Amino acid sequence: MTSQEYRPLLLKNIHRPDSTSLSAYRESGGYKALERAVKEMTPEQVLEEVKASGLRGRGGAGFPTGMKWGFLPKGPGEKYLVLNADESEPGTFKDRLLMERDPHLVLEGFLISCYAVGCTHGYIYIRGEFVDPWRILLKAVEEARAANLAGKSILGSGFDCEITIYRGAGAYICGEETALLESLEGKRGMPRLKPPFPAQVGLYGKPTSVNNVETIANVPLIVEMGSSWYAGIGRPKNTGPKLYCLSGHVRKPGVYEFPLGIPLKELIFEHAGGLLRETRPLKAVIPGGSSVPILPADKCDVLMDFDSLAAAGTMLGSAGVIVLDDSVCIVDALLNLARFYAHESCGQCTPCREGCGWYVQILERLEKGEGRSSDLDLLLDLSDRIQGNTICPLGDAVAMPVRSYVTVFRNEFQYHVDHKKCLAEPAPAPV
Amino acid sequence: MIPSQATQLQIDSAIKEYAHTRSALLAVLHLIQRERGYIAVEDESWVAARLDLPPAEVAGVVSFYTMFRTKPPGRHHIQICRTLTCQIRGCRELVKHLEKKLGIQDGGVTPDGRYSLITVECLGSCGTAPMMQVNDDYHENLTLERLDALLDSMK
Ligand SMILES: Cc1cc2nc3c(=O)[nH]c(=O)nc-3n(C[C@H](O)[C@H](O)[C@H](O)COP(=O)(O)O)c2cc1C
Ligand code: SF4
Ligand code: FES
Repeated sequence: MTSQEYRPLLLKNIHRPDSTSLSAYRESGGYKALERAVKEMTPEQVLEEVKASGLRGRGGAGFPTGMKWGFLPKGPGEKYLVLNADESEPGTFKDRLLMERDPHLVLEGFLISCYAVGCTHGYIYIRGEFVDPWRILLKAVEEARAANLAGKSILGSGFDCEITIYRGAGAYICGEETALLESLEGKRGMPRLKPPFPAQVGLYGKPTSVNNVETIANVPLIVEMGSSWYAGIGRPKNTGPKLYCLSGHVRKPGVYEFPLGIPLKELIFEHAGGLLRETRPLKAVIPGGSSVPILPADKCDVLMDFDSLAAAGTMLGSAGVIVLDDSVCIVDALLNLARFYAHESCGQCTPCREGCGWYVQILERLEKGEGRSSDLDLLLDLSDRIQGNTICPLGDAVAMPVRSYVTVFRNEFQYHVDHKKCLAEPAPAPV
Repeated sequence: MIPSQATQLQIDSAIKEYAHTRSALLAVLHLIQRERGYIAVEDESWVAARLDLPPAEVAGVVSFYTMFRTKPPGRHHIQICRTLTCQIRGCRELVKHLEKKLGIQDGGVTPDGRYSLITVECLGSCGTAPMMQVNDDYHENLTLERLDALLDSMK
């Protein structure tokens, strides 16, 4: 199947009129998978299907979803499934689209997933700024409850599942799963030390699995079409459909759905309309949200899946593809990101808290033309000291891009030191 | 300050949603801020008493989350995204324009209380950069002209 012929599976409903309503969702075959799961399958069978599908988490790390659920204790006993709808990774805007345009798909996936792991009260943690998606989800949950698709004995199956929607209040770190759990408990969002892992000690001290919105939106498809059909989409060990968020200097930014493993260049040049300005060639691409290493233009012949991007020295992350043309000063871009992480660090680990501030100071003086040659190695040294030495992966999420930008574009950083100005020829931003 | 009767009723039902009362804290703070636009020190004590928490715990939560404000915002609270995609798509020009037009700096409120302006981190709308949020609403694909038209439409 060429991607020209690909028909969206996750985004198939978003252009339907009234796509957020229960009736429109049911007309397109919605909630059949939930019915099949709770009436014809045991929770173990659903779990086995998800395992066999090869589904890997879409929240950033690409961990196999079925295996993650398998870490939860079997049998009765309180446990929780938490939907991570905090979407705050710069460059990422796919979960919002799903919640805004197809909330029942997200809900159906969540209910089936709760059934699979034996959770009778699921929590949806949604980013506080997402006021519209929050209202849309609230209405969807009400509709589902009124139609006996949520709540007591769903569709007469005897399976109970309550759903609570919880609003965050602005903090990138609350997307990290243990910070999210702290926040859900009404606390400051400080990541927890692991172990114990949430699968043992999670929300309110009970076993918990935290999963991303897009991950969960794949579950109805797996139950409906079967794991072997699903595993045929994409590439070996990188299966299924994927939402790619294209932003930056492209003509048609937006969310695009294709199988995992689509070539990056095809995404940019065929689907997203190519570069914004004819006179401005490609400089680099950040392929997986702001936390991943950068790909310079000559390294962009890669496939967009977990393993191919890892082999290329970067990560699929959240599939937030930020396209930079040659008007971008890399020092300026990195300073923007360093400020972001400095602002979002929760402050409990010294390397992350202090390191982010130092990155900002050093990059500011390079940007102002007051940098020294030794600053380049200082940035790299800082990354070595932060990475792997913090409680949560936010430390790595800033250390990795800094190391990669300084290494890949070392000449540009050096130019700032030597010439007290930028190598890039800035173009007025197109506003 | 004591929240209005209507808000108190909403607070009661928010608390009932959670087996663990403390989990209602963020929801309660959101409700108070919705009523008054910000959270005053007196509100913190009221919430602490209502949820049986130490006041310092409530203050800690208020200061941790960027959405909670401790000062009154303008009637139109403009939050403009400053993160990478919005930056390379022109948010700096928009911020400069806003600061000049409104006569306030990042973080300020106009003397008539009509507008407040603050730059914020990525709002998950990079596909329609540059963008801003005014109160609850997202305004996307901004240009200088669209920004001016929007400002004029805000009373
Ligand atoms: C700093 C930080 C921020 C994160 N933000 C998000 C987020 O906004 N949304 C998300 O789904 N996962 C986020 N994650 C990943 C989560 O911790 C977790 O791995 C993910 O929700 C698991 O879901 P998955 O297995 O379905 O991918 C973040 C991780 C870190 C370290
Ligand atoms: S790495 Fe940073 S964000 Fe994560 S726990 Fe430590 S200080 Fe907090
Ligand atoms: S960078 Fe502005 S919305 Fe994401």
